[in-house]
Amino acid sequence: MNALNLLRIAVKALQRNKLRAFLTMLGIIIGVAAVITMMSIGEGSRRSIESNLTSMGSNMITISPSSNSPGVRMSGSSIQSLTVNDVIALRNQATNLTAVSPMVSASGQVIKGALNWSTSIQGASPEYLDIRKLEVSEGISFDESDVRSSAKVCLLGKTVIDNLFPNGENPVGQIIRFNKIPFQVIGVLASKGQSGFGQDQDDIIIAPYTTVQNRVLASTYFQSIFTSAISEAASEAASEEITRILRETHRLRATEENDFSVRTQAELINTLNTTMGMLTALLTSVASISLVIGGIGIMNIMYVSVTERTREIGLRMSIGARPVDILMQFLIEAILISITGGVIGVIIGVSASVLVSGILNWPTVISEPSIVISFLVCALTGVFFGYYPAQKASRLDPIEALRYE
Amino acid sequence: MSKILEIHDLKREFKVGSEIVRALKGVSFDVGTGEFITIMGTSGSGKSTLLNVLGCLDKPSSGTYLLDGVDLKSLNRNQLAQFRNTKIGFVFQAYNLLPRTSALENVELPLLYNPSINTKERRERAIQALEAVKLADRFDHTPNQLSGGQQQRVAIARALVNEPVMILADEATGNLDTRTSYEIMSLMQELNQVQKKTIVFVTHEPDIASFSSRTIMLRDGKVQKDTPNENLQSAREALNSLPVTEDY
Ligand SMILES: Nc1ncnc2c1ncn2[C@@H]1O[C@H](COP(=O)(O)OP(=O)(O)O)[C@@H](O)[C@H]1O
Ligand SMILES: [Mg+2]
Repeated sequence: MNALNLLRIAVKALQRNKLRAFLTMLGIIIGVAAVITMMSIGEGSRRSIESNLTSMGSNMITISPSSNSPGVRMSGSSIQSLTVNDVIALRNQATNLTAVSPMVSASGQVIKGALNWSTSIQGASPEYLDIRKLEVSEGISFDESDVRSSAKVCLLGKTVIDNLFPNGENPVGQIIRFNKIPFQVIGVLASKGQSGFGQDQDDIIIAPYTTVQNRVLASTYFQSIFTSAISEAASEAASEEITRILRETHRLRATEENDFSVRTQAELINTLNTTMGMLTALLTSVASISLVIGGIGIMNIMYVSVTERTREIGLRMSIGARPVDILMQFLIEAILISITGGVIGVIIGVSASVLVSGILNWPTVISEPSIVISFLVCALTGVFFGYYPAQKASRLDPIEALRYE
Repeated sequence: MSKILEIHDLKREFKVGSEIVRALKGVSFDVGTGEFITIMGTSGSGKSTLLNVLGCLDKPSSGTYLLDGVDLKSLNRNQLAQFRNTKIGFVFQAYNLLPRTSALENVELPLLYNPSINTKERRERAIQALEAVKLADRFDHTPNQLSGGQQQRVAIARALVNEPVMILADEATGNLDTRTSYEIMSLMQELNQVQKKTIVFVTHEPDIASFSSRTIMLRDGKVQKDTPNENLQSAREALNSLPVTEDY
């Protein structure tokens, strides 16, 4: 018997019981649709986070203070180990870094006339803009002399401008007050938009770090130091270099732990990738369970079908079907159910992913491998769960099968 | 007359628990090409068991069986299946048609297992077979839209479609009333006389046996009598002489 005839027989058998075939497929449909949707949401989130991190500068390295006394864990901002000496040492000694900027930040209220807005101000040196890949779209940035003189000048992000200058007036040259201290707006930052998870990257005010330290915080320490490696590939070497230099300036003995931590953006991207990968795998494996359940459904129905059609099997054998013909007939029926279910599942899964990104605004990426894989898994499910019922059918004794009531 | 079928000392035993049931206890006879024989006997005498062996559905416990000159002992499962497909046409008491499947598709079924026949030829042959059993106007009817006699004729068409050398029927009129039985027997006689088909017909009704050219009586798994029919009846005439009833 040729494959075409077998296919014809299987299609006819399914057509004789359309509703049951569809209900059997349902498990597979749901399983495949769920796997594809989960994988596309996972992959979409991963790529969105990655592109966010990259847009911040993939060469970026951040240094934060950390506790080195065993048993005591304090939050980063309450540890005061980073000073201007560290910044100077890094600028003078590091060969793998292109730029170094300290960073202090303070939260508070910014007021313009009758309008106010709760945000935070970041104090930095002029290199900060380069390191963070920020750009000034109007006006100018501050320079070294503003840093030296603790000049009360600032740059505003789009969100802050929208809240303080709702009528579209030019903010450059205007005076705003942050926690009652007057700042002159000298520039506007180009918008970076929302990050993938709703974090507003434009809700930002940047001023010289000396101004923030002296006039807002009255402190001489930094919350962090931002630097940029000469290349992404040099991040690792730069990180080691920073550690060596800072241990020296902090006069740490060989036995003492670091009182700071160095984190490269590349590392961060890796960590996030791993985390997202794990999350996607988790979602996908939960979804796969329904695929297995779908497979068991197929097996169940195929057993019922073999029992129901015992006489048919006996008849087919009596008119010349070989055992292998019977085996193939039922196997192809099972595969047909699972593959048809798979196709419908792929269509629903893809539509669901498109809907999720359209309605919920979640980033989704439909990856071809996920479609191919779930499709293959489907076909395998059909073979695996269809084999035993089909084998049972092919091993029936024709005479007993013909007599079956 | 050449022999289509030769059996010698055929035995078939079944194990039921610790007991051994001897259904056939040494059966020997030959059937020549073009013969129409009936096998008779009381219930449990071994008729079906014998027919299953003749139809290659079952293997004898001992003895020899030559079908069309081939010793069936030498064949494996797949070769036996091919034999059933091309040499034998089965007709059962319970028709055994596929439900929810048209008459034409039911008749096509054996050809699906015959790789040498393509789609076009399959359709043509099925149409021919249905015409031969006078069901040219019932191609698209499913079994539940056909009477018992019509269903049995579809089954006969299915048995004919692969042009077998021999038709085997097991109580093929057992579920039918007298008139319909005679119609089927008339068809059988036509197939035998016009198309020269060899027919082995199992029955326990003497009037059915009177339509065949030879009757083998089985009793308790052995041949009791093997007699040519001196007084061959025509089923067509018997049908015509049935009283016309308009009740029920
Ligand atoms: N599969 C089987 N297992 C056990 N005994 C069987 C089997 N088939 C037939 N028999 C026995 O063999 C004998 C002949 O049966 P069968 O050929 O069906 O008789 P008939 O068709 O003449 O009525 C009976 O006694 C029956 O019980
Ligand atoms: Mg019987």
